[in-house]
Amino acid sequence: MLTITDLRKIYPNGTKALNNVSFTVDQPQVIAIIGPSGAGKSTLIRCINRLVEPSSGRIMLDDVDIASLNRRQLRKVRRRMGMIFQEYNLVDRLTVMENLLSGRLGYVSFWRAWRRKFPPEDVVAAFKLLERVGLEGYQDTRADALSGGQRQRVGIGRALMQAPDLLLVDEPTASLDPKTSRQIMRLLVELVNEQGTPALVNIHDVALAQSFSDRIIGLRNGEIVFEGTANEVTAEVLTDIYGEEDWSLTIRKEDEEDPVDGKTADKKTGFIREAAAG
Amino acid sequence: MSTSTAKTTPAPPRWNRMRMIENPTLRYGLLMLGVFYLFWSAGALDINWHRISTGIPRAGNMFARMVPPDFSRWSLLVKGIVESVQMALAASFFGMLLAVPLGICGAGNLVPKPVYVVARALIILSRTFHEIIIAIFFVKIFGFGPLAGVLTLIVASTSFISKMIAEDIENMPPGHLEAIRATGASFPQLLIYCISPHSLPRFLGVSIYRLDANIRHSTVVGIVGAGGIGQVLAATFSRYDYDFSLAILMTIVSLVFIGEFFSSWVRGYLR
Amino acid sequence: MTPTEHAKKYPDVWRRFSPRTTLIQYAWYVGIVAAAVWSVSNLDLPWFYFLDAHIQALDLAERMWPPDLTFWETLAKPLLETIHIATLGTIITFVIAFPIAFLAARNTTFNTATWFVGRLILVTSRSVNTVVWGLFFVAIFGPGPLAGIWAIAFRSIGFMGKLVAEAIEEIDEGVAEAIEATGASRLQVLMYGILPQVLPVIYGTAVYRWDINIRESTVLGFVGAGGIGILLYSSINQFQWHEVSLILCSVFGVVLVSEFISALVRQRIS
Repeated sequence: MLTITDLRKIYPNGTKALNNVSFTVDQPQVIAIIGPSGAGKSTLIRCINRLVEPSSGRIMLDDVDIASLNRRQLRKVRRRMGMIFQEYNLVDRLTVMENLLSGRLGYVSFWRAWRRKFPPEDVVAAFKLLERVGLEGYQDTRADALSGGQRQRVGIGRALMQAPDLLLVDEPTASLDPKTSRQIMRLLVELVNEQGTPALVNIHDVALAQSFSDRIIGLRNGEIVFEGTANEVTAEVLTDIYGEEDWSLTIRKEDEEDPVDGKTADKKTGFIREAAAG
Repeated sequence: MSTSTAKTTPAPPRWNRMRMIENPTLRYGLLMLGVFYLFWSAGALDINWHRISTGIPRAGNMFARMVPPDFSRWSLLVKGIVESVQMALAASFFGMLLAVPLGICGAGNLVPKPVYVVARALIILSRTFHEIIIAIFFVKIFGFGPLAGVLTLIVASTSFISKMIAEDIENMPPGHLEAIRATGASFPQLLIYCISPHSLPRFLGVSIYRLDANIRHSTVVGIVGAGGIGQVLAATFSRYDYDFSLAILMTIVSLVFIGEFFSSWVRGYLR
Repeated sequence: MTPTEHAKKYPDVWRRFSPRTTLIQYAWYVGIVAAAVWSVSNLDLPWFYFLDAHIQALDLAERMWPPDLTFWETLAKPLLETIHIATLGTIITFVIAFPIAFLAARNTTFNTATWFVGRLILVTSRSVNTVVWGLFFVAIFGPGPLAGIWAIAFRSIGFMGKLVAEAIEEIDEGVAEAIEATGASRLQVLMYGILPQVLPVIYGTAVYRWDINIRESTVLGFVGAGGIGILLYSSINQFQWHEVSLILCSVFGVVLVSEFISALVRQRIS
């Protein structure tokens, strides 16, 4: 699905944000990217859909090299990747429904978008998603009237409206309280499993990462220093990623709540596809 | 300024109030500089004190001639006022239309650098010159009359509104742009789906404010012959028709008052 | 998904606005366009002037280039005078606007009558343009910079007074109350409770207005109230376009520099 080879990013001011990053995503699962602030987590996610231009390296989504596309092709490939943000980044003054439908912008013409006349199957899909993320009846509420957790649900809905092949998730819970954080992560995991869409999730909360991800990638100074399952994250690994600290309280105990439902969906069941099929 | 610096008994700890400029040398230096400037500039100006000493009785005389205001030539007055209002409306309309593209081009986070530089240069250039300077040029090119006035006000409105739009767009959180870009939206779609919802209230607010400002300015561009009530007003002053001047001024003040009221009402409605 | 969920019917149409709201919106659009059309058609604009406008403009540009640099010597004095007019006008404003602002703020005025008087002064001052004030003071004092200074001052009083009055109305009442509770007199409350809170606003608006005044004082000369405008007007009327372009360049420079200074100072204050 996604193969990244030797990805590098050097900012114009000389900061080396990413150095020789390579990894592969080949099955629908939640992959958490952990690491200290400034390790390049955000840059990595943004290089994949080229909100940040990578300096060198290859980013293969199926058989398309994202790094080599022109603007028009890039727009096409961006439709296949849904993105979820820490600050939700909803259009505040638009309604929940408009925010959801904005996920379809890559598919509709300028005039349709302007007149808010989206195809009926998009509207059906949006109503379905609204119910799925637990915001039934909120379609005419303005985004700035929602709470943080609700906004993030809309953010997730918008990303899923794209019927993406890949979800890029940038610190989805960093602005939320612990309880909401867990709810949002659980929703994300459920949706990944239902839809069969893999998700790359930047997350700085190690415990959350361990509870909700199938695989963890550790970044330090722009390089991958760890890759493995949640259970393989030990105090040594964390020291390697973050530096010396007493990690005993951070590491998840085996019998803790929230075991992640291990099974992954074997078929793609995007809401859009379903709606389009009838 | 200094309150209690005298009688320095060493025992109790001294307290001085906080000042805007901490360094006393700098503070008093600036003060001295200010006083010095005052004398120097007052001396540098060619002021005809004799003429001014006769001015005070003249002012009394002038006021006497102003009151009561003469509304008898009301048809001339109404014609001028209507022309001014029309100039203001037309200029606001075209200013709004032109300001949208210019404002978008002036937003550094949306467009490539060269476009940004050109747009900003245009905005700065037209903002620097006072409306009346611009008006005098349009009068030279298009002759006397409201056309020059309308064009002047269009230039002023466009640069004002577009600067506000550009700043508003630049102040928007970068994540909002990222989010819509990440969906694969095209640039025009980004404009209607992200920029427009974000900046529309400000745009409308600024435009309404500008309409109000245009009404005020339309009353003066006439002084250099660019149409409107200002042309009538300037004529009354040169003919010492002070009672009619006062009538015009009172009408302008009430017009501006109405304009301001309308503008704040619409802005309240928009919010 | 369970079959029951599948059976659920989701709407496939969604409208942002109700038909009524849409209608109101269109009514606004139509109204705006109608106002514009009415204005433009009633102004009797001679559109054919546009036919050769670009030729006229190019011709003018050609005649203006290059700027007559020798004119600099004549230019320097009125240019300085322009700055003086703006600065002295602003200083006078500072002194006058201050008490009026306290009069026009609801929480510091004496009674409704004084409040109304304060507001009336501010509104009158703002409604009359600087150039019109210029006409007025030229009629009183005769042509020259003094008329310009007073014109600047009288226009700025409304501007500064309004902003300062708003700042006074928005102060933290608790502070003033606390000072009053110590048994302080009205003047002391003003000095210790209110003034410190609004002082930055006062300085800020004064500097801001100064920079606007520089721009305004460049045109006061058109009505004889001193400054570079006199020179500009006479150069234009004598078709000395080389001089005109140098004047415009210098005005551009001065306005730009003053804007920069004002922005810098305001940044330091806040």
